[in-house]
Amino acid sequence: MRILRAIAAHPTGRIGAGIILLYLLLALCGTIGFTPHNPLQQFRIDRLQGPSATYLMGTDLFGRDTASRLMVGIGQSFLIAFASVGLASLVGTIIGLLAGWWGGWLDGAFMRSMDVLLAFPAILLALLIIAIVGPGTFTSVVAIAAVYTPIFARVVRGPTLSLKRREFVDAARTFGSSERYILTRHLLLNLVAPLTVQVTLALAWALLTEAGLSFLGLGTQPPAPSLGLMMSEARNLMQQAPWLLVFPGLTIMLGILGFNLFGDALRDILDPRTQRRTA
Amino acid sequence: MTSLLSVRDLAVGFGRDAAEKPVVRGISFDLAPGETLALVGESGSGKSVTALSINRLVDFGGGRITGGTMAWTRPDGSTLDLAQADERTLLGLRGREIGMIFQEPMTSLNPVHTVGAQIEEAFRLNRGLEGRAASDAAREALDRVRIPDAAQRMKYYPHQLSGGMRQRVMIAMALAGNPRLLIADEPTTALDVTVQAQIMALLAELKAELGMAMIFITHDIGLVAGIADGVMVMQDGVVVEQGRLDTVLDAPQHDYTKHLLGAVPHFTGGQAVRSDHRRETGQQPAVKVDDLVVRFPIGGGWFSRDAGAIHAVEGVGFDLVPGETLAIVGESGSGKSTTARAILGLTEATRGAIVTSPGRHGRPVQMVFQDPFASLNPRLDVASLLAEPAIAAGMRVDAALRQRMVQLLERVGLPEDALSRYPHQFSGGQRQRLCIARALMLNPDVVVLDEAVSALDVSVQARVLDLLIDLQHEFGLAYLFISHDMAVVERIAHRVAVMYAGQVVEIGDAASVLAKPRHSYTKRLIAAVPGIERRRQRYDVDTTPVPSLIKPKGYEPAPAEWVTAGEDHLVRVE
Repeated sequence: MRILRAIAAHPTGRIGAGIILLYLLLALCGTIGFTPHNPLQQFRIDRLQGPSATYLMGTDLFGRDTASRLMVGIGQSFLIAFASVGLASLVGTIIGLLAGWWGGWLDGAFMRSMDVLLAFPAILLALLIIAIVGPGTFTSVVAIAAVYTPIFARVVRGPTLSLKRREFVDAARTFGSSERYILTRHLLLNLVAPLTVQVTLALAWALLTEAGLSFLGLGTQPPAPSLGLMMSEARNLMQQAPWLLVFPGLTIMLGILGFNLFGDALRDILDPRTQRRTA
Repeated sequence: MTSLLSVRDLAVGFGRDAAEKPVVRGISFDLAPGETLALVGESGSGKSVTALSINRLVDFGGGRITGGTMAWTRPDGSTLDLAQADERTLLGLRGREIGMIFQEPMTSLNPVHTVGAQIEEAFRLNRGLEGRAASDAAREALDRVRIPDAAQRMKYYPHQLSGGMRQRVMIAMALAGNPRLLIADEPTTALDVTVQAQIMALLAELKAELGMAMIFITHDIGLVAGIADGVMVMQDGVVVEQGRLDTVLDAPQHDYTKHLLGAVPHFTGGQAVRSDHRRETGQQPAVKVDDLVVRFPIGGGWFSRDAGAIHAVEGVGFDLVPGETLAIVGESGSGKSTTARAILGLTEATRGAIVTSPGRHGRPVQMVFQDPFASLNPRLDVASLLAEPAIAAGMRVDAALRQRMVQLLERVGLPEDALSRYPHQFSGGQRQRLCIARALMLNPDVVVLDEAVSALDVSVQARVLDLLIDLQHEFGLAYLFISHDMAVVERIAHRVAVMYAGQVVEIGDAASVLAKPRHSYTKRLIAAVPGIERRRQRYDVDTTPVPSLIKPKGYEPAPAEWVTAGEDHLVRVE
């Protein structure tokens, strides 16, 4: 509650939260079928119509309503982005925390395997995984999660290394606090700020990666709508129907902006040292 | 005699409203050639800003001189207003006419260049010396600051030198341009007390040799007595009192000066020790440490394992009865903190026995750390911080526990509503009270206080010491009090153990050890303590190096031999 109020008071956090809320609302409507038109229905007479009162963002080559398809597409993209980042942050945090805390050969083994994953460009790695497993929503989640896990592991390991040498960890040891207590209360709690920033940034990247995969035809499969897929289909019609490219593009851009603004605001608010300035 | 520097009504501000809200204002003083002015004040009093304004380094920190004049007499007799001088003129002035040394010699030296190269650079910039001439001058400079084997040390990197050596190198660099004024900003604060005495002695000698004036900034009014001619006491950006050394120290006029002089713990050589506790014969010790040895192996890489070990603590033994304070004194690297960490189990002991009183459950030994900012997790509120020892002991967080927290908070002088606040909302002294309360949560027998008051301002320090003494009476606590500050030790200790190079060299009754030190190191340590009574006293420049703690594999020191020097006073044979 306190955090929500603080975000509402934060100048850019408000904008970011507003964008994300709007997207969530649109995605919800799209998912439960509350769209202006059926996103899959082809209005053959109204092919390649520009934006109008009937079709807010125009129609595509098959006469499908762009606005409706975007709403469903946002839902699909968000689902994959949230699931993959959730998975990546969970696995990455555990790996980074344990590697930093225990050190030694375990640290080496964990972090070198993370380095291997990091060595591949994001899209290429995701492509590789999808090529092996086959396209689909679940595969996309796993592929994107695999791409961003090493980043979380690194983001967590660095501070863990410095935190475990801090005096309050020594103090906890003198009380006889359990390892689990130290890891959760002393380390993880101090990692909240870097993790939230990383999660929001990763959400933005994951949105982009998902769009990229769909654009290449390896993410969401047609006829189901998706932001990347819509841009891919619109590519050849750029001259005749620019709205088909502009609206999905703007949607992706605005979404990424929203997550970034939201992340910055969260970081300001969650850090107790800056609390007084924002609250 | 004409003055070298004459400052009138100086005002310095920061940021946008620099003129409206000056950080420092109304500063006026005169400094004659060869004279030393001490600027004294607690943290935040504006003493460093004042000093940095003179060579205008304050400009780089976002500061602006908003009023006043600073008339500087140049070597040719002309005067220059430093407050109005442009950056070009100042560049020629810094280093050549006004030199400066800082508090932290490690961060002021570049870690990737040898000290020789850095001193040579100073000579190149300030005197235009090149090649051979520069390196000769650098070696002479190192000789002048009494660094042994100067030619060898030229090739050293800063991390290979001790703190005292690094500060000497900084002084050598500051003197490269033969400045007529040296600004020394807390030059000895980061150093051990014997090293501090050496640096002070060095500064005094150099001042006499070169006839340069000095502005000496310090928070420790006790240090001023040995070196200054004039004193200026600052508080909240204004000068509250200024005058000749003797006048200010003997007849302080302003309340703040009196307060500062009163708050400084005076070291009286064992005359003011506590007499509120006597050991009874056959008393069961709260903790007994026997032949404690801590060694850190030095890995020599993959091919040469076990190259040797750092013998951090070597055969340390003592006991501590309830209600008693044993102070461990020594310098950084003497093994006193490692001893404490080994007793708490934070560092693994190579061998030795640590026996606490039999029949005690849980953890009878607790610890309070030096830095109250680092030892409290910034993200937990006070209730969670205080509950931690209880949770670790398997207790439930219930009303009774909360009751105990409130009681302890009240006992250490913190309000009840502190429970829901976070560490950053407290001052340093309050945080240290919190740490003390936390250490007492589980009713320990022994509290290890590792430099627990060293990070606090002197007036806060005195109050925390009083609290510790009260708590000791109330709960019958035994304290293991680790400190480098002899005056503080004299105030709180019943017994004193002096550690040097990992070993206890002298142990016994505080009055006896402090008044009649027998071991050469204890003598040196006590002789180095500054004080306002020791006015213009010459310290000897002593460069005895501390013996290396790195020993080859399998090395075992000879067993210690002790001689008795009193009823409760043992001295290690040298």
